Amino acid sequence: MEDMFGSDDSRTRYPTTLEPEPAQQDDGAVRKPVAPQPQPQIEPQAFGGPLILTVADVDQLIRRLGADGRTVIGPKVDGPVIGYQPIGGAADLPSGWGDEQGPGHYRLRRRDDDALFGYALAPTSWKRYVFPARSELFRARREDGALAITTIPPARPRYAFIGMRACEIAALDVQRRVFMRPEAPDPTYAANTQDMFVVAVSCGSPAATCFCVSAGTGPEASGGYDIRLTEVNSTPNSPDHYFVANAGTQAGADVLAQLACKPASDSETGAATQIVQAAATAIGQGVKLDDVHELLARNRENPRWDDVAARCLSCGNCTMSCPTCFCSDVVDENPIGDDGVVRARVWASCFGVSYSQMHGGNARTSTSSRYRQWLTHKMSTWVDQFDVSGCVGCGRCITTCPVGIDIRTELEAIRATDTATKYPESVRPQTDEGLAT
Amino acid sequence: MTPTVARVVDRVVEGPGTVTLVIELSDALTAPAPGQFNMLWAYGVGEVPISLCAVPPLTNVILHTIHDVGAVSHALCELRPGDQLGVRGPFGIGWDLTPARGQDVVVMAGGIGLAPLRPVVEAILADREAYGQVAVLLGARTPNDLLFPAETAAWSLSLQVETTVDRSAPGWTGDVGVVTTLLGRIRHNLTDAVAFVCGPEVMMRFGARALLDRGVSAEGIQVSMERNMQCAVTMCGHCQFGELFVCSDGPVFPWARVESMLGVREL
Repeated sequence: MEDMFGSDDSRTRYPTTLEPEPAQQDDGAVRKPVAPQPQPQIEPQAFGGPLILTVADVDQLIRRLGADGRTVIGPKVDGPVIGYQPIGGAADLPSGWGDEQGPGHYRLRRRDDDALFGYALAPTSWKRYVFPARSELFRARREDGALAITTIPPARPRYAFIGMRACEIAALDVQRRVFMRPEAPDPTYAANTQDMFVVAVSCGSPAATCFCVSAGTGPEASGGYDIRLTEVNSTPNSPDHYFVANAGTQAGADVLAQLACKPASDSETGAATQIVQAAATAIGQGVKLDDVHELLARNRENPRWDDVAARCLSCGNCTMSCPTCFCSDVVDENPIGDDGVVRARVWASCFGVSYSQMHGGNARTSTSSRYRQWLTHKMSTWVDQFDVSGCVGCGRCITTCPVGIDIRTELEAIRATDTATKYPESVRPQTDEGLAT
Repeated sequence: MTPTVARVVDRVVEGPGTVTLVIELSDALTAPAPGQFNMLWAYGVGEVPISLCAVPPLTNVILHTIHDVGAVSHALCELRPGDQLGVRGPFGIGWDLTPARGQDVVVMAGGIGLAPLRPVVEAILADREAYGQVAVLLGARTPNDLLFPAETAAWSLSLQVETTVDRSAPGWTGDVGVVTTLLGRIRHNLTDAVAFVCGPEVMMRFGARALLDRGVSAEGIQVSMERNMQCAVTMCGHCQFGELFVCSDGPVFPWARVESMLGVREL
């Protein structure tokens, strides 16, 4: 899996380097050209032709990955939602369950078939496995005034992720660019991802919140997987319930070979293609994203930020559910009953009260400045920093927002009120207040 | 992300709530450059970014001047010789003295902002002939808060040093007012001068504006930014300022790079 995102592979469309190719603008700021979400590309047939898997084969696939010592994580009904949880076989998958998602809205619903992957995506992402909400960096003790630091080597869980959507695979790559910079690779992220096995499942039942087509990330993964499945299930309990499987790596091809499946016929691959095309049509080009890098860069003073701030609760749900948000606090924890200290890294949100706190004051006290920071980082400055947009179009921020703020609507509203000039003199603060204290 | 254990070998009280720690490292760090910073760790309390206030000749000794303003800086200020602490660094991009060579120089410092600028002045003094006329403008809240009085008095033998305070005190016969007013004391033409500015963000905005008014170019002004920092390695996200990570793209930036963003409130 290590070279799945390899940048020197001619099959990928990735930039060959993480270094920016800056274009100097007249304001002195370095801006990069807007690039669509780059997608790793695997040639069809690169690791053998498509195969047909039955539900029993999918069960075998999960079991074999588990027997191989992997921690297998997949979709599972978890109370009122589908969550990505440890699974032992196909019986754990949400057979016959779909989801209904909208702004501030999520419901499980019964499907009229027994599809295993008949939902859009879980409201919480895979992020917590590759970038845990809390990870311990080291422990320290002080004895007779002397500090002793014990580093904590990260666990290497050997994950197998079953049912990753195309947007979620794109999110993995976005985070890889953050955590795996050659000069400072993050040991925790490295340990959690370097031996992972990804089973992608193409989307057949997208939600109203999905906009991967606009983001250029889905609904079918074109790379970044070991095995990709497309579920075909036309009628309830149909004998025609099958999965078209493609291997994306040699490791994926090897696992498929153990299942001894028959090759897919043209009509079977055709049915899979139709499902993906129907999903793409259903998602549609819902929101214009090709200009947002510049649009947001020049709209830092747009009055719309105050409008959204009047609704936003600053709760941070969007940042927690976002599969790419990477901010963290680095804290000293002093466990009760233990005279040592644990240095931990825990998820942080740019909506948090203390996120931008300094001794001289807080850089962002208003909700409008925090929402602007989140959205502008996600869609604009992220491109400057990591050569890729931070948004993959999964729509989780829309679903999990308690007041139903829709990132697509907000972008359209910004575009409709585009202040056009970058930092108009008329709206610059003329007072001494740079920092609110 | 794991600090090196270090030991305080000396502690100098610079003024009310301001302490300079002389810290001996068990392992030598990469030689720091003026304007870079270290993450200093007070055991059990936390870590904060602190600029190097001197670039000593020994690579296993570092000096940090710390202002007691929060839980961590308070714990650091309370350390005594022999106490241990953690150090990570050095991080960031410091002052670029190259464009200043052969030019007139303005060093403008507000309060604790003098600490990261002290190695700039020391570097200039160490190679005095390489620079033109040099003016050091110092501002502090009260006369008691003026940093490094012995050093700044010595600087005035070979450099123009001007000092002002926000609020006077008994015995103070010098200037009262903001540091930018001291620019009027500089007689020479500043058109090709290079300026190094560090202090509260408001002071840097007005200082840079005053320097521009005196003819210094936006490229010729360098400022040292401050933001919340937790990792110092471009990973925690806290120090973002527009598209910049202050920890690794800065903390020192050419004014031209940050001017437009500093004009946006709460960016």
